[in-house]
Amino acid sequence: MMDWQAIWLSLRLAASTTAILLAAGMPLAYWLAFSRRRWKFLVEAVVALPLVLPPTVLGFYILLAIGPRSPVGALYAKITGGMLPFSFQGLLLASVLYSLPFTVQPIASAFAAVDGKLMEASWCLGVSRLATFRRVVAPLALPGIATGAILSFAHTMGEFGVVLMVGGNIAGVTRTVSISIYDQAQALDYAAAARTSIFLLAVSFTVLALTYALQRRFWWRFW
Amino acid sequence: MAGELICACRKRLTSGFEVDASLRIGLAESPVTVLFGPSGAGKTTLLRLLAGLEQADSGEIRFRDEVWYSSARGVRLPPQQRRAGFLFQDYALFPHLTVAKNVGYAARPGRQRKLLEAFGLAKLAAEYPRAISGGQQQRVALARALAAEPALLLLDEPLSALDAATRGRMRHELRRMLIEGGVPSIVVTHDRVEAVALGDRMAVMVDGRIRQEGPVQEVFRHPADAQVAESVGMENVLPVEVVDRQGGLVTVDVGAARLECLDTGVSPTWACIRAEDVSLARHTPEASSVRNRLPARVLSVLLEGPLARVELDCGFPLIAAITAQSAADMNLKPGDLVYAVVKATAVHLTA
Repeated sequence: MMDWQAIWLSLRLAASTTAILLAAGMPLAYWLAFSRRRWKFLVEAVVALPLVLPPTVLGFYILLAIGPRSPVGALYAKITGGMLPFSFQGLLLASVLYSLPFTVQPIASAFAAVDGKLMEASWCLGVSRLATFRRVVAPLALPGIATGAILSFAHTMGEFGVVLMVGGNIAGVTRTVSISIYDQAQALDYAAAARTSIFLLAVSFTVLALTYALQRRFWWRFW
Repeated sequence: MAGELICACRKRLTSGFEVDASLRIGLAESPVTVLFGPSGAGKTTLLRLLAGLEQADSGEIRFRDEVWYSSARGVRLPPQQRRAGFLFQDYALFPHLTVAKNVGYAARPGRQRKLLEAFGLAKLAAEYPRAISGGQQQRVALARALAAEPALLLLDEPLSALDAATRGRMRHELRRMLIEGGVPSIVVTHDRVEAVALGDRMAVMVDGRIRQEGPVQEVFRHPADAQVAESVGMENVLPVEVVDRQGGLVTVDVGAARLECLDTGVSPTWACIRAEDVSLARHTPEASSVRNRLPARVLSVLLEGPLARVELDCGFPLIAAITAQSAADMNLKPGDLVYAVVKATAVHLTA
């Protein structure tokens, strides 16, 4: 039978990761798209790191950074009384960092593609930068924002290495779909592994097909 | 409302080009000021400095009793607080908003409707910008800028995105809309006819500096120096009176002579002819399509490198620029009788 507990956990993790990344990623993407600072390339490189770093390496550093003896872990323990490693919250933090480039990069390039004159026209009409972002930049960058959200969601659904390093394999807490498939395959239960896999494949394909279809319709409206 | 716009600021661009512009505009006596100059003279940069879209390196910009920018006092008003409407060359309409929402973007509700009516956009209210013509887009851009009740209007080559036919029509319409809008305007252009048609006064900018400022006709007739003369380059600006108009042609009296010109639908007071558009012939070319063949007396021939500048009297003073080679071939001397030939399309009539 299908591991519904793992599927539900993965969905929760992916949805939370996407929500956090949208909130935090948009200001970061705006800064990356429009800042003229000389050291911007350093931030760009840091944001892109999860793309090239082996998940185990990233997971290892996150594990060290959130351990109870690290400042972050100690602070978290002081506030909540809990621990980050091998918890859902720790897994969430790791997911957010791991999926950062998948959200920030498409959104940043969508922002950068918005004609700068449209923003300037809005400012000259007396509209603040924040309101200009809300009324002009965000609506025009909507396909990019959607892409960023969908990629981070899909990416989190399928992550494996980081989860294993930071979350371990605790049913209902940190055992995600991909870990569950791994377990099923290790236990030679190929039928179960195949069922879960085909489910993930179907979800991924549907989401991506929908995204591309929506994007096409969106651009047809204005150009 | 009276008052002045005073700008004296410096800005070095990353290319190394420096804009160092001093300009003083009396807002009452000049509803529309043309900022004229060749491409790359720094006109757009100056306009962006005024709007607050670029920050100067040093200097001061004052509008009426407000300080918009002052390096000495550390004042840098953002564009939002200057209330200077900016019209971009390609209009920069919001592509995701309808005509009505573009005009109403920064307007009080009543004003949006009023402007849509005034600019003849009511029927297009539900259209998206990509679905309307260039001329209509320009009207939307202007209505949108005026809707925000600006204190000053800055227009960057407002007609350059239009095709030639529309441009001729829109020149006069734009002037009318600017005057009716009642907001002092600065229009950037490198087109001589546009400058004559739109402006009350004009400032000529060359190499990042304002070289001359004054009433438009005055600047054309009496350029302050050779560089200004070269950049304005519309040697003949002549007062005209309409005698007849039919078949798409207008016949006008200029001094003691007559000219036929293309009818642009305006009641013209000036005819502008570039010296390069006047050619000379010893005999009247009979089988020619050219409408205007004027008997003329050569007053002087001045060689300027490969060009010869010929002053003529053909019932009105006319300057022709021909190649030094043809002047030599024709053996032109003061006192000679020749024909000055001007195509009807080379006479630009303007109000």
